[in-house]
Amino acid sequence: MPRRERRSVAAVEAVGPYTLLRLARGGLDPGVPGQFFMLEAPGRLLPRALSLCLAPPGELAFLIDAVGPGTQALCELTAGEEIHVFGPLGNGYRLDVDRPLLVGGGIGIAPLPYLAEALPGAPAVLGFRTAAHAEAAALLPGAEVCIDPTFVTELIDTGCDVLACGPEPMLRAVAALCPDAQLAWEAPMACGYGACYGCVVEIGGELKRLCVEGPVLVPLRQVHAGLSPAITRRAAASSVAPVALATSAPCVLASLGARDRETRQHSPKGHGAAA
Amino acid sequence: MRLLNASGCLDALVAPDVARRLDGFVTKTITPLPREGNAPVRIAETAHGMLNAIGLANPGRARFLDDHLPRLRELDLPLWISVGGFCAADYADTCEALDDVAAIELNLSCPNVDEAADGAAEIVAACRAATALPLYAKLSAAHPDVAAVARAVADAGADGLSLVNTLRGAALDPRTLRPVLARTTGGLSGPSLKPVALAAVHACYAATGLPIVGMGGVTTGQDVLELIACGARDVALGTVLFSDPDAPDRIRAELAAAARRAGVAGPDDVYARAHEPGKSPHTRRKVTA
Repeated sequence: MPRRERRSVAAVEAVGPYTLLRLARGGLDPGVPGQFFMLEAPGRLLPRALSLCLAPPGELAFLIDAVGPGTQALCELTAGEEIHVFGPLGNGYRLDVDRPLLVGGGIGIAPLPYLAEALPGAPAVLGFRTAAHAEAAALLPGAEVCIDPTFVTELIDTGCDVLACGPEPMLRAVAALCPDAQLAWEAPMACGYGACYGCVVEIGGELKRLCVEGPVLVPLRQVHAGLSPAITRRAAASSVAPVALATSAPCVLASLGARDRETRQHSPKGHGAAA
Repeated sequence: MRLLNASGCLDALVAPDVARRLDGFVTKTITPLPREGNAPVRIAETAHGMLNAIGLANPGRARFLDDHLPRLRELDLPLWISVGGFCAADYADTCEALDDVAAIELNLSCPNVDEAADGAAEIVAACRAATALPLYAKLSAAHPDVAAVARAVADAGADGLSLVNTLRGAALDPRTLRPVLARTTGGLSGPSLKPVALAAVHACYAATGLPIVGMGGVTTGQDVLELIACGARDVALGTVLFSDPDAPDRIRAELAAAARRAGVAGPDDVYARAHEPGKSPHTRRKVTA
């Protein structure tokens, strides 16, 4: 059951260019891998949605990319400070798979360390846009890592049961290879519990709330190609064909504006959320 | 004073435990036909507020009546049904189809639809002829003279007013300098709306004396007390529910403390106090100067 508690910061650690925020767990349930929590962002009106990265004893840890004012405020927390935390929320990954393969891109690796604990021995392939960002692969010992311009989709064994999280173009490319992949999506989100209707995506021809129906959705064929009009518009405006764009996840993420990235970051897919 | 949610700021079927902490549940606005609402991106955070451009997403009248309403009744909470439409008959037909609910709130002020309802008084009159249920008219403070609209809907048969809806605003991506919202504009809510709400409630209470559900930027018990002092009988929570699903309990506790600080036994004791003459500190200072 989701609860909202005021939790203290146990530690704040740099992981490459990202930040691992470790909070005292208190009475909060870590939930299922792929579920997310709403974290109060000091000085901001709305909390940020972040998927759980790790659940060490007595703690909940979140991997954050400081891409806007809310995530920046979270990364600037220091040990002993307190924030409200609400969760776990949404639907996580289904763990009843035969040949799991974890696939992550950029900050989208956030939910995978906790997922790897639930699927011991599962291989992982990770893609990053720079070697600095790839330092975060240390959170998933043994993972195969590629750096732009090599794409993570080039490392996928399509015979596996893929569980993925990453930027939207990466997820689309993964789904094209593995139609039954479990994908953790993201969308701007104000509340995380179905109240604001801000995080809708088109599923089965209807707009549904990602925080209630997701963030992990199963086959992409349920998700309309127009999930993100912003990215579709960018693709149309550039000389790059959308299909090429769809394989260049980390680059596309880098090209998004700061606010855009912040509102999308960790959302239901794995990390932050509301702007 | 009853504590409600603002329409569109809570789904009681998904979060019944939050709804049960309120004195009544106000539904999302129901239109005659189903509406998917606007394309994403639909929300954006602003300084001291947020924008939403949901666009009256709802299952439509038939599915609401057949499916949602029976499930909402199982919550055993007073239900306020928010009714919308694009002409007076849209509103009146839905009103006619409703019975056994606490009240109907006529959404005459959504900033996120292109086909805005026109003629608030005409709509209220049509609904008055269609139902004996309590009718609350939800108005926008964007109107240059909201008190005049309030008088017009009062004359047309409204039993009460809901004040205020959101105000239209925009937010730009700081790098691309393009709108964050797919629709460009959305409704501004949150703390930055509170002074607007106080002014509208004050003006409409003075103009009509009708019962008012005050809302707009309520974050604390003190905010509730101030709306009551301006003339709100009841108060609704909106954006604060997004960041704090425990807000109803917290705000009630704060409200009791705020009432004590104001020297009264309970919040209802400050009803319309802001309309009493000669009570502002500035007035007193002038007298003694």
